[in-house]
Amino acid sequence: MKEIVIISGKGGTGKTSITSSFASLAENAVLADCDVDAADLHLILDPEVKVVNDFISGNLAVIKSDECLGCEVCLDVCKFDAVVRQGDGSFKIDANSCEGCGVCVEFCPASIIEFPQRHCGQWFESQTRYGAMVHAKLGIAAENSGRLVSMVRQEAKRIAEEQKADLIIVDGPPGTGCPVIASITGADAVVVVTEPTLSGLHDLKRTMKLTAHFGSKTFICVNKWDINPQNTGDIERFVESSGCQFIGKIPYSKEVTKAQIEGKSVIESGTEEIKTHIITIWENLNSHLLKG
Amino acid sequence: MQIAVASGKGGTGKTTVSVGLAQAYDAPVIYLDCDVEEPNGAIFLKPERKFHTDVNVRVPQVDKDNCVACGKCSELCQFNAIITMGGAAMVFPEMCHSCGGCVQICPVGAISETDNCIGSVNCGSSSQITALEGVLNIGHAMAPPLIKAVKKHVHKDVLNIIDCPPGTSCPLLESVKGSDFVILVTEPTPFGLHDLKLSVETMRELQLPFGIIINRSDSGDDRVVNYCKDEGIPLLLEIPESRKIAEAYSRGETVVQADSRLKDNLEGLLTDLIETYGGGK
Amino acid sequence: MIIAITTSGNELSAPLDRRFGRAPKFLVYNSETKEFSLKDNTQNLNAPQGAGIQAAQNVAETGAKVVITGHCGPKAFRVLSSANIAIYNTEATTVQEAISLLEEGKLVEAVQADVEGHWV
Repeated sequence: MKEIVIISGKGGTGKTSITSSFASLAENAVLADCDVDAADLHLILDPEVKVVNDFISGNLAVIKSDECLGCEVCLDVCKFDAVVRQGDGSFKIDANSCEGCGVCVEFCPASIIEFPQRHCGQWFESQTRYGAMVHAKLGIAAENSGRLVSMVRQEAKRIAEEQKADLIIVDGPPGTGCPVIASITGADAVVVVTEPTLSGLHDLKRTMKLTAHFGSKTFICVNKWDINPQNTGDIERFVESSGCQFIGKIPYSKEVTKAQIEGKSVIESGTEEIKTHIITIWENLNSHLLKG
Repeated sequence: MQIAVASGKGGTGKTTVSVGLAQAYDAPVIYLDCDVEEPNGAIFLKPERKFHTDVNVRVPQVDKDNCVACGKCSELCQFNAIITMGGAAMVFPEMCHSCGGCVQICPVGAISETDNCIGSVNCGSSSQITALEGVLNIGHAMAPPLIKAVKKHVHKDVLNIIDCPPGTSCPLLESVKGSDFVILVTEPTPFGLHDLKLSVETMRELQLPFGIIINRSDSGDDRVVNYCKDEGIPLLLEIPESRKIAEAYSRGETVVQADSRLKDNLEGLLTDLIETYGGGK
Repeated sequence: MIIAITTSGNELSAPLDRRFGRAPKFLVYNSETKEFSLKDNTQNLNAPQGAGIQAAQNVAETGAKVVITGHCGPKAFRVLSSANIAIYNTEATTVQEAISLLEEGKLVEAVQADVEGHWV
């Protein structure tokens, strides 16, 4: 079983369109959406949710205001400006600022700060027309998407083992921070979808630094390549000189948005021409994966 | 005044709008790139570099000779950043959230704090624009302290434009904190609308005033326009899809350079926002 | 010598779990008496981070001097090293196979972490 993670560094390059196309092309795969901040894959794959699970992560300080003596110890020890003075001289915790470090809980002389678990979102086990899917929804203003990402991957792996699937296809988050790190560590292949813009190239370099840092096997494809053929050429050369694999390019096409509006993958709704480009990328990726 | 430019979905044109606003404004303005995982503003603003500072967070260091291995610090730490093993406390700086609890609780004063570099802030200028950007070191997971460091450069007396990271989690919250108005940039597509709704929920939760700009407004359908109408959210501007803008963007040119009418629109928008939400400045 | 092996099962024939931090339990084997016990890899499941570190502390509590697992991340490695526990990575599929390989001297002690850990 192999796990492929699709990421992009820069957002909006077409990561989810590529992921859903891969889902259409794969034969025996489990799907996972690790872009838990802004999950979109379900808009195309239309999963039927089978199991809903709560995502609990860390704790949150809560002051029992009516018992607060107003001594200010919590105010002094909190490094996150989460302690707010109220009109009556007592204090409360601003949940959006609370880091869950528990220091105020420990030092409150009256021991009236509670430390309940923090409910940070939900994750789902679902069924789609292309197989099982694991996805999640991070609560609004919730933190710690890195661990939710790990959880989604772990569950996808469990289901893939149970179903003896050949492949796990993961839609990853943008950026280079904790959710991305959590989605690529230990994966068999990372596919970076970029675009031939200076921002795209800039972010690609940062992303490739990250995948190199974590020793991930990295494959690159360019979306909307004909917006700037010269930049596309630069990207190809850069990728080849870095020892990663360039696996194809897709032209600028209204077919991609059209598919999205229809709730379909480009493979399901696109013209033969656009499909050919995506199939080439898929085949290139597979031939590299089979090599080991 | 402080205006934050945000979007749930990446790649909708946050940087395009932020940079466009900064360039359209005919007075000194501070542009702050808080998308510290992928800062792109400088590609378009091409600022002349003024200074560069490393950003450090405070993490514990243990004096092994004084440590009595009592385990109090490890017990308090919620992040597994300090543990007691082999007769002394042991620190994992990359896990540390800098809460300072271990320093406070150590009964023998064996823990002090030291700097751990997580990234840097670059400052430069380009005509009337002072451009700041935070750059998170690759492999580092914690963006919020770096965003805080970038936002230290906000000046109350002038216009501040904050280019936010995508999403709705902690880095976004840190970026929009203290803003007088938030512009949400989206696309007229199912992904755009879905992620816009998450951003709208977040803004309502934070009780921040906000409006919407639809980028590539003729590339999809009318679902976002209808949503704005239904929800009574001000639609601030629609930027039509244009291959000319896309190509200019790919070369690192800005929308203001590619389309002068758009510059006028952005300038008009700023005037309105400053009057309504910024108390005239 | 006491050896801890990552596993999802309850006996010597059980499969070796290749994860260290997130392994369900450790089979703790005494090579002199040939007896074994099981140690749950109890974790604060709500902890936002640090599975490897917690697992390493769990191993240290068993008194093991050797760990056999699939992969070990850098933080767990640091904890185990400071507790003077040797780490051996293996591709073995069962606990018994891993122990035999070790006893035959066919495993090489890891001198550094072989994966970057991150909530994995």
